[in-house]
Amino acid sequence: QGKFTLLRDTRTDGSFLVHHFLSFYLRAGCKVCFVALLQSFSHYNIVAQKLGVNLTAAKERGQLVFLEGLGSCLDVVFGEEEPEEEQEAKQPHPLQFLSHCGARSAWAGGGSECQNLLLFQRDLRALLPRGRVLPAAVCIKFVHYIYIFCQGNIVMLVHSDEDSEDKENELLVTSLCHHSDLILWADSIPSALC
Amino acid sequence: GGGLAVGTLLLIEEDIYGVYSHLLFKYFLAEGVVCGHDLFVASAKELPANILKELPAPLLDNCKNEVREETTTVTSEDDSMQIAWRYQNFPKVEASPNTSSRFGHYYDISKTMSSELFHSIKCHSFFLPEEPSLQPTVKMHNMNCGYARLLQSIQKIIYQEGFDGSHPQKKQKNILRIGIQSLGSMLWGDDISCTDNPEDAHSLTKFLYVLRGLLRKSLSACIITVPAHLIQNKAIMERVTNLSDVVVGLESFIGSERETNPLYKDYHGLIHVHQIPRLNCLICDVSDTKDLAFRLKRKQFTIERLHLPPDLSDTVSRSSKQELAAAAKLLSSGCGAGAGGKKHLDF
Repeated sequence: QGKFTLLRDTRTDGSFLVHHFLSFYLRAGCKVCFVALLQSFSHYNIVAQKLGVNLTAAKERGQLVFLEGLGSCLDVVFGEEEPEEEQEAKQPHPLQFLSHCGARSAWAGGGSECQNLLLFQRDLRALLPRGRVLPAAVCIKFVHYIYIFCQGNIVMLVHSDEDSEDKENELLVTSLCHHSDLILWADSIPSALC
Repeated sequence: GGGLAVGTLLLIEEDIYGVYSHLLFKYFLAEGVVCGHDLFVASAKELPANILKELPAPLLDNCKNEVREETTTVTSEDDSMQIAWRYQNFPKVEASPNTSSRFGHYYDISKTMSSELFHSIKCHSFFLPEEPSLQPTVKMHNMNCGYARLLQSIQKIIYQEGFDGSHPQKKQKNILRIGIQSLGSMLWGDDISCTDNPEDAHSLTKFLYVLRGLLRKSLSACIITVPAHLIQNKAIMERVTNLSDVVVGLESFIGSERETNPLYKDYHGLIHVHQIPRLNCLICDVSDTKDLAFRLKRKQFTIERLHLPPDLSDTVSRSSKQELAAAAKLLSSGCGAGAGGKKHLDF
């Protein structure tokens, strides 16, 4: 069973850690599954190139499975209509989003193939499989599911603010802190400007 | 800096009466006309055609054909091609503004743009009251009707006009500038701006997420104004900020005590930069200046650094020293935590 590393940022942007882990694992030759929810593939590709890793090449040789949230949501929202009966029958399932990305095969290969798993969530609750927003409790179960299902390492980024009024997000972050094995927390120094 | 990268979203938190945010909105569209971009204007309260009639006139010496040539070609969606918008850090008047290396244009807001400039521009509009009501699809049925309809409209234009690369265009690639006015207000059918516990707190965030996807996958840039001062639920604004690339808040002095404050006598309001984009780089580049103020002159809208006057005199009364310190604290907190406390430095 792998390790669950939680990346957390407050008052600053911790995504540099995500870029680091992505290129770190790829350079080490591990298989990586990356879920990008808020940025496009080319954004990560450009930064990775600066760090000396080519994501496109990694994807082609099967070392990297890249799931792009922004692109997939367009397919879900503007894609073809399925007959009503089918849609109603399906319960909103947290993995529906990932399965819709065609990641089923990657997951099914499962534990043995996915040596290392990388997740990047900035605003997980913004996901809208079937137009429903995932409540914090469901997200937590989702992450736990992945943790058990996958035998690799998991890395995840969440954002929190001390004076945030977003209770759902705070709940999610606190819960993930408890589940994680290691927390890397990026915080700004009060004297610095952001 | 200056410019809004293709594929990104600029969110403006409106000032209380919406005066200055509307001005920035018009500048954005005007720049689109001058650069030859296509426009998409969406509003729930004002006819887009009327908005377009009020765009400021550009200051051009030569004929508009020269201006057109400044549009550069785009190689990929996420190339950092910059579109100019009105962001002038130091006011200056240029006698001959037309050089090929110039970035952005100047406008005279005391005059409106002549309709000739619109001839070759494709303007798409979306006026909510005139849109047929949406047949709710299962995918969108949890989203506010107005937003869903707007998304469909935007997606249709992007697809039909080929901004997402779906029809290889024979003509030169172009940019679609999308402007959405007062999103989140009651007129869009959203109640987040009139109650603490809105029925559907997530419609706006869902809308923004799908819009983000559309923008990233096409040659377009978007500006949205939001009446943030009406949205009581701060959690919603946090999520909205997170889903946008650039977030700027306008605070006007109209009707507030700052109008008579001698510190701000030259200005009409403050600009708070809540978020700057993190695009294609490891971490965002934070500018040195956090304190920006704007003023509206007869012909120009300018944004400047705010300088507090030095506190030189010993005879300055206690109350105004406190005010200065409080103002300093307020200004330098910017988008991060500032030094706490009301102490001010004694020299």
